Amino acid sequence: MENENNNSSRRNFLRLGALGGIALAGTAIANAVTDESPKTTGKKVKVLTADGKLVEVDSSHIEHHAADDDFSKAEIRQGIEGKKFIRVIDLAKCANERKCISACQTAHHYLAPVEYIKVKKMQDSELASPYWFPTMCYHCDNPPCTKVCPVDATFKRSDGIVAMDPDRCIGCKFCMAACPYSARTFNFGRPEQLKFTEEHKNDTSVANYCTTPYAQEGTVAKCDFCTDRSAKGLLPACVIECPNGAILHGDEYEDVVTNGEETFRLKKLLADRAGYRQFEELGTKPRVYYLPPVARSFPFEDAEKVQNAKE
Amino acid sequence: MSKDLENKENTKYETFTQKEYMVMKDDLLRPIEKTGRVGKIWIGFLLAVILAGIYAYYLQETKGKYETTSLRDYTMWGVYISNFAFLVAFIFTGVLMSAVLKLMNFEWHRPLSRIAEVISVAAIMMAGLSIVAAMGRPERLYHLFINGRIQSPIVWDIIVIITYIAVSLALLLITMIPSLTTCKNHLQNKPKWQMKMYEILSFGWEGTEAQWKILKRSIRILIVLTIPVAIFVRTVTAWLFATTLRPEWDSTNLGAYFISGAFLLSVAGMILAVFVFRKAYNLEKYLTPMHFDKMGQALVLMAIIYIYFNINEYLVPAYKMSGLHKNHLLNMFTGKDAVFYWSVMFFGVVMPAILPLIKAMRKPLPLTIISIIVIIAGWLKFYLIVIPGLAHPYLPVQDVPASWIHYFPTLIEMTIVSATIAGMLLIITLFSRLFPIISVWEVAEGKLEGKEEIINYK
Repeated sequence: MENENNNSSRRNFLRLGALGGIALAGTAIANAVTDESPKTTGKKVKVLTADGKLVEVDSSHIEHHAADDDFSKAEIRQGIEGKKFIRVIDLAKCANERKCISACQTAHHYLAPVEYIKVKKMQDSELASPYWFPTMCYHCDNPPCTKVCPVDATFKRSDGIVAMDPDRCIGCKFCMAACPYSARTFNFGRPEQLKFTEEHKNDTSVANYCTTPYAQEGTVAKCDFCTDRSAKGLLPACVIECPNGAILHGDEYEDVVTNGEETFRLKKLLADRAGYRQFEELGTKPRVYYLPPVARSFPFEDAEKVQNAKE
Repeated sequence: MSKDLENKENTKYETFTQKEYMVMKDDLLRPIEKTGRVGKIWIGFLLAVILAGIYAYYLQETKGKYETTSLRDYTMWGVYISNFAFLVAFIFTGVLMSAVLKLMNFEWHRPLSRIAEVISVAAIMMAGLSIVAAMGRPERLYHLFINGRIQSPIVWDIIVIITYIAVSLALLLITMIPSLTTCKNHLQNKPKWQMKMYEILSFGWEGTEAQWKILKRSIRILIVLTIPVAIFVRTVTAWLFATTLRPEWDSTNLGAYFISGAFLLSVAGMILAVFVFRKAYNLEKYLTPMHFDKMGQALVLMAIIYIYFNINEYLVPAYKMSGLHKNHLLNMFTGKDAVFYWSVMFFGVVMPAILPLIKAMRKPLPLTIISIIVIIAGWLKFYLIVIPGLAHPYLPVQDVPASWIHYFPTLIEMTIVSATIAGMLLIITLFSRLFPIISVWEVAEGKLEGKEEIINYK
C-alpha cells in the first residue's frame, strides 16, 4: 500500500517535473510570440481580499479554485495580515468529555490514538485538587521546534501560528525532540491511517472541515489552530465542539477571545482570572493561556476508562 | 619531532638496515598478499549481515515504519539515533591513538596510527548512514542542501561530518603514500586495477628529501586539524540533544560528557582492533604486549574522566532532584530501568577504571575481554541516553497504547543497526586487505632513532 503510494508519488513528482519544464518553456515561447495580455471582458466582479477589503476586478482576472484546494505554499508561510491568533483555556470548564479530540480528528481526517489536542489529568501535589488539562501545540512566540528544523519545514507565521510545510519535511523528528510539550505527532505509516487518508482525502463534508491536511507518511503533524478556518473567520473544530465552552479562540490585536457563545476581552479576562502559561520558565512564550481551575462549573470526576488502549 | 623528547622514551630501538627493512616489509605486506579461509569467511559473514540490513531497510521503507519499527510519537528517536551517537564516538580512535600520540611524541604510536585512522574513517561513514535510516523521508535528503538553515544543529552536524570525512581521509591517504610505493614495488600477482591504484595513490613518490619534508609537514598540519574537527563532530552530536528543552538532555555538560565517553569507547575499540589484527595477521612482533599495557593505562585514565562527567551528568541533578529531572532520574535510579542503568554504569564506566589497574589485566587477552564488555555497555549507554528520557517528558504521558511508552527495538531495527556496525567492520577489513594496516615507513622510521638520514624503502 505504502510502497504503491511512494512509488506513485515519486513517479508523479518526475512527471510533474517534466511537465513543468515543458510548460515553462511553452509559456515562454508563447509569450515571446504573442505578447498579449488577457482579453478584458468588461464584466466586473466583486471580491473580498485577504485583509477584508471589497474590490472590483475584471472577470478575466478571476481564477477559480476548488473550495477544498489546499493552501498554497506561499499562503501557508505568510500568515494572515493584521491577525495574531491566541487561545485561552478555561480549566474550570473542562470535564474531559473529549469532544475537542474527536472533533479535531474528524476535521483533519486522522485517527486515534493520534491526538493533536490531548486532555491530561493533572495534579500538582497530593494536597492539590486534580483537574483536566487540555494541551495542544502552544504556537509559541519563541518556538524551540522551528529553531531546530534543518529545512524550514516548520516556521512561525506573522499571525502567530507555528505551521508545517508537509511537502518540505524530511522526517528527522528533531522538532518533536525539541518540543517540551510533546505537541507534535509523526505519521509512521499506520496502515489504517493510510487507508483512511486515501479514502477521505477529498472528503470536505465532515463537520468543521479543515483544509490543512494530516501529515503525509514520514512527516510531522500537529495542531495548526485550523489555519484555513481561522483565515476565513471560522472557529477551529475543537472550540466549536467543546460542550462546555472551555476553549476560547481569538485575536490578540482585537483583544477578543470567544468560544462561540460568550466573547471576552482578552486582557481583562487574563487579568481577572489570573491567566497563566504552562512552563513559563522554559521561555517558549506560548500563545495558549490557561485560566486556573477555580470556581469550577462541575466537580472533578476521574476518567472511567483508559482511552486509546488499542494499538 | 624533537630529539630530546624522543630520547626520553625508554624504548630502545636498534639501528636498522635495509635487510631488516625487507623482513619487516614482508611481515606487513603479508595480509595483502593472500587472504586465508578465516579471512574469507569473515568477509562473507559481514557481507551477509549488510545484505540482511539492506533487505530490512527495504522492508522498512516499503511496509512503513509503523509496522516494522517500534518508533512511536513519544519515543520517536530509537536505536538508529543512539547507534549514530555510538558510532560517532569511534572517530576518537584517530584523535587519541594517532594524532595525540604523534603530537606528544609517544613512540609507541607508530604501529597503531593507521589502524586508528581507518577506524575513524569507517565509523564516521557508517554514522552518517545510520541517520538516514532514521529519517521519515530519506528521498528528501536533498532538501537539506536546497533548504538548509544554518541555525539547525542538524545542518551543523552535516557540515562538521563532511569536513571530518575530508580531513581524516586526507590524513589517511597522505600518510600512506610511502607505504604504497612499497606496495607498488614489492607486491606481485595482484590484479591490474590494484597495482594501478597503488600507482595512482602513491602520487609518483620518489622519497627525495624535499618530498619527505612536504609529507611530514602535511601530516603535521592534518593531525593538528583532526583534533578540533573531531571534537566539533562529537560536540555537535551532543548538541543534537542538548539544544532541546528536554529534561534528560538539558545539560551544559553534555558536549564534554559525550567526548569523554568517546575517548573511553575509542580506547576500547582500539584494543579490540589491535588484538584482532595481531592474531589474524601474525603481527605479534609489531603490536606487542607493551602496546596493550599502554592502552590499558589509557583505558583507566579515560574511564576515570568518564566517571567524572557521569557524576556531573547524573548525580548533580539528582542531588537537587528538581521537578523537571525527577521523573527521568528516578526511573533510571530506582524505577523500571534501574537494573539496566546500574549494570551499564558498572560494566561500561566503573569496571574499566578499576580492573586494568591490575597489571595482569593489561595483558592482551584479559584487556580485550574488558574492552569488548566496555563496547557493549557503551552501545547500551547511548540507548539509555536517548530512549528512556523520551518516554518521560515534562507533561505526563496518558491515554496512549502501551507500545507508545514501552519502546523495544524490533528485529528490523536491530538488523539495520547490525548492518551499520558490520559496514564499519567491513570497511576496516577490506582496507587492511588492500593497504598495509601497519604503516611500514613509520615503524621503520621509529627504528632509525639516532640516525640523521631518511631511509628510502626500495
